[in-house]
Amino acid sequence: MTAQVITISSGKGGVGKTTTVANIAVALAADGAKVVCVDGDIGLRNLDVVMGLENRIVYDIVDVIEGRCKLRQAMIRDKHFPELYLIPAAQTRDKNSVSPSDMTRLCNELRPEADFVLIDSPAGIERGFRNAIAPADRVLVVTNPEVSAVRDADRVVGILEAEEKRSTALIINRLNPILVKQHDMLSAEDVLDLLGIQLIGIVPEDEGVLVGSNRGVPVAQDAKSRAGQAFRNIAKRIRGDEVPFLDLEKQSGLWDRIQKMAGKK
Amino acid sequence: MMSWFGGRKRSAESAKERLQLVLIHDRTDLSPAELTALKDELIQVISRHVDIDADSVLIDLQHDGRSQRLVADIPLRNVTRRSAG
Repeated sequence: MTAQVITISSGKGGVGKTTTVANIAVALAADGAKVVCVDGDIGLRNLDVVMGLENRIVYDIVDVIEGRCKLRQAMIRDKHFPELYLIPAAQTRDKNSVSPSDMTRLCNELRPEADFVLIDSPAGIERGFRNAIAPADRVLVVTNPEVSAVRDADRVVGILEAEEKRSTALIINRLNPILVKQHDMLSAEDVLDLLGIQLIGIVPEDEGVLVGSNRGVPVAQDAKSRAGQAFRNIAKRIRGDEVPFLDLEKQSGLWDRIQKMAGKK
Repeated sequence: MMSWFGGRKRSAESAKERLQLVLIHDRTDLSPAELTALKDELIQVISRHVDIDADSVLIDLQHDGRSQRLVADIPLRNVTRRSAG
């Protein structure tokens, strides 16, 4: 087993990075993959609560890096999927407790243990972000169809280009098809045209995501949820399957064009 | 395109247009003021060599995917050549 290391990043805070990590992880694990999630947001840890594992934390990522525990001891097993693990962030430390080479070393140790390592990057483009992208084979940039989120995503994509991280793909989160139809929200096509990178998923706005976070059960576990379906589709695309994008706007030919644009890149 | 109701642009369109400009400036680290200065200097330099129609000059930053280009359209004035002999 040699895990693919995937970092989920965004630039702007609050666009749904952590929920995206939790949901993709759950979807990959439900498909039988062995997944280790790493919370890279030291000082502001949240992946544990979104995954419902906050009561099981003993050791964290800084304990591993500083040698206070073994890697295995900091891997918290998920309640629903025995092959899904979380390495939580430290809550009482800051981003400078970890260096990019620490992250690379940690991920190299994890690679033989899993199929996928998912790193939840903190917001911003400083140290925590640099730590999170250092070991990445692939970076997924999450944005919302909204001016500040798109602008920040563009900055992140620019930095990744400069770092020669070649495999970068976009997740458009919280798209509201009704607002798009009223021309009061950027469409997925608009966002792709602006950012000029490959698309890997479009997640519709869905109350279920909040309900899932409230319960600590990611919405990807809900077979009926549309957002859950979108996350499951992203997981399939990560594994290399070709999955058509959700038809959120049946009346227009827009989605056909998005499929083409996405396929073209 | 304007909306049929009230003649106001829909907000998504404003968002896209504004972002197009902002992203070009972010990516090139060139402010609108610097771009204007660049245009003026270009016009001056070219005018030294050929007669141009300065009012119709179009110099703009455009983007194509993730790459930016500076596109210039500079109409030249026709010169009436003196007929020989």
